[in-house]
Amino acid sequence: MKKTLFDKVWDSHVVESIKKGPQILYIDKHLIHEVTSPQAFNELKKRKIPIFRPKQILATADHNTPTIDQHLPVRDKLSRNQLSQLSKNCTENNIMLYNLGHKYNGIVHVIAPELGITQPGMTIVCGDSHTSTHGAFGAIAFGIGTSQVAQVFASQCVLINKPKSLRVTVNGCLKKGVLPKDVILYIISKLGTNAGTGYFCEYAGKVFENMSMEGRMTVCNMSIEMGARGGMIAPDQTTFDYLVGRKYVTKGHKFDEKVAFWKTLKTDTGAKFDKEYYFEAEDISPMITYGTNPGMGIKITEDIPVKNNESFEKSLEYMNLTKGESLINKEINYVFIGSCTNSRIEDFRVAANYIKGKQKAKNVTAWLVPGSRQVRAQIKAEGLQNIFEAAGFVLREPGCSACLAMNDDKIPKGEYCISTSNRNFEGRQGPGARTILASPLVAAATAIKGKIIDITQENS
Amino acid sequence: MKKFATLKSRAVPLNISNIDTDQIIPARFLKTTNKKGFGDNLFRDWRFDKVGNLKSNFPLNKPIYSGSILVVGNNFGCGSSREHAAWALTDYGFKVIISSFFADIFKANALNNGLLAVEVSDEFLNYLFKLIEENNKIEIIVNLKKQTINIDGESMSTSFEIDSYKKTCLIKGHDDIAFLLSQKEKIISFEKQNINSK
Repeated sequence: MKKTLFDKVWDSHVVESIKKGPQILYIDKHLIHEVTSPQAFNELKKRKIPIFRPKQILATADHNTPTIDQHLPVRDKLSRNQLSQLSKNCTENNIMLYNLGHKYNGIVHVIAPELGITQPGMTIVCGDSHTSTHGAFGAIAFGIGTSQVAQVFASQCVLINKPKSLRVTVNGCLKKGVLPKDVILYIISKLGTNAGTGYFCEYAGKVFENMSMEGRMTVCNMSIEMGARGGMIAPDQTTFDYLVGRKYVTKGHKFDEKVAFWKTLKTDTGAKFDKEYYFEAEDISPMITYGTNPGMGIKITEDIPVKNNESFEKSLEYMNLTKGESLINKEINYVFIGSCTNSRIEDFRVAANYIKGKQKAKNVTAWLVPGSRQVRAQIKAEGLQNIFEAAGFVLREPGCSACLAMNDDKIPKGEYCISTSNRNFEGRQGPGARTILASPLVAAATAIKGKIIDITQENS
Repeated sequence: MKKFATLKSRAVPLNISNIDTDQIIPARFLKTTNKKGFGDNLFRDWRFDKVGNLKSNFPLNKPIYSGSILVVGNNFGCGSSREHAAWALTDYGFKVIISSFFADIFKANALNNGLLAVEVSDEFLNYLFKLIEENNKIEIIVNLKKQTINIDGESMSTSFEIDSYKKTCLIKGHDDIAFLLSQKEKIISFEKQNINSK
């Protein structure tokens, strides 16, 4: 039988199928962080159940951490308590933790790939919906709730019904200034925020084949924003080249054996999907959002659509925007470059390339937050930090930061923020904050100009 | 987990689509390490103004509505996987949520906490909204065993789907951990042939 990439990885991880019920799916890697794990540790402790496979768990502190002065004690008492709880739980259970300040610390979806923990053909879960990111390597990776975190602690498995399959194919060549973020914002703007609910999505076609691993991670990361539990891209030479030599990747002939297996992880010609969508690269332009869900996206040069329904109007009211309005020349006081969507080295290269030789606009407060200590070190090593500092920017320390504003990095009430993150929900970046999602290029240009500009008209 | 059999209750309508888990419980309230007290901040920024007073026009704050059933627009629970959303709803006192469509992770989280998330057709959902608007005292009867929803004193009813494993868990008050632990031998034998375990 012809199989999809998703079928191949899923079916090879099914321990048992329960009659008229879910399947027991084996999990290769379990990633945890401070916010969604403490209650799961408590549950096991209360029931005197040991952690079944601690070596398959990796922990990091990222959601609730400050992005300045990480060498000092965390000021917020509740945050400090949550972080110390994570340390204690990991120590007690022999779980590897890359804690605040560790050279491998960072956002869970940035560090696992860069350390080579994420590999093709694996099943990966984390108590975080953006676990879909790891699908960029041809892994089945998805977010789970805390009850399921406890299940995986206890048994290294989850009980789950197999999702249906969906494929999005984008062929052609992307235009200048169109980044992976624009591709996924475009797809979500066309399909809506629930087109993928109940499905796992494979991205296929020339656009993804020609994309870097960082770009593929940006795309798969936002699969959840169209409702899909996860997204996947078939592993290829780009994937293998990215993985070779990374900390947790085997070396020598064992690596070659892995590659031989990874090469089999692709959708068979003629395999059937439950749903398919096709797009052309030439139709995609730099994108921005104007509303309060990630599906409310337009080309940066387009006017806000005119629709008459209550949810749409409620959304525009929150954003203080009007139907038919253009966002070009809109003054913006906050810019955030970071989050598990866009905080990898390539994102900062794009930003630095635009910023080089220019000055940050006076009205703009910009937060540049690398996804990990390693990304931060690389920014410095490549001389990008000098470019940012010469232009008036400060490079912060890694963490989830203003993407969800659990720490002090909050956008003030009523202010607009051009953000490279993934969610423009009401209050996501702070109570009353107004989020406009965009690529790192659009974010960098906004920080320089102090307003939204038509990036397609820029020379650099 | 608490057992669930049948519930007869009035309902609170919240006719908004695409309610994400950031609205159900904003991230700034996720700093605790237990499951308690999240109900106080359920729908925080919709329920309270910036100084902490209740907003009178928000359905949960209207005295005419009460009950342990919440009726919501489609695509409820999208966004973040935070189970705190389910904890906030149960802590507030909801036992059943009715919508025409739930986000995947939210639905799993709800069922894992004995919060019955019931999917009905768009037509039936709109009928419910209309009915509650016309008579806020109307009572809804949710029968898990029969998988039916009836309206007290009305002829209209509907049935709903739930997989039989999860249904049994809810009726008996079992969670998934005990079941998975009973499968340990199979899991260990699976590991011996799993390429990523080597």
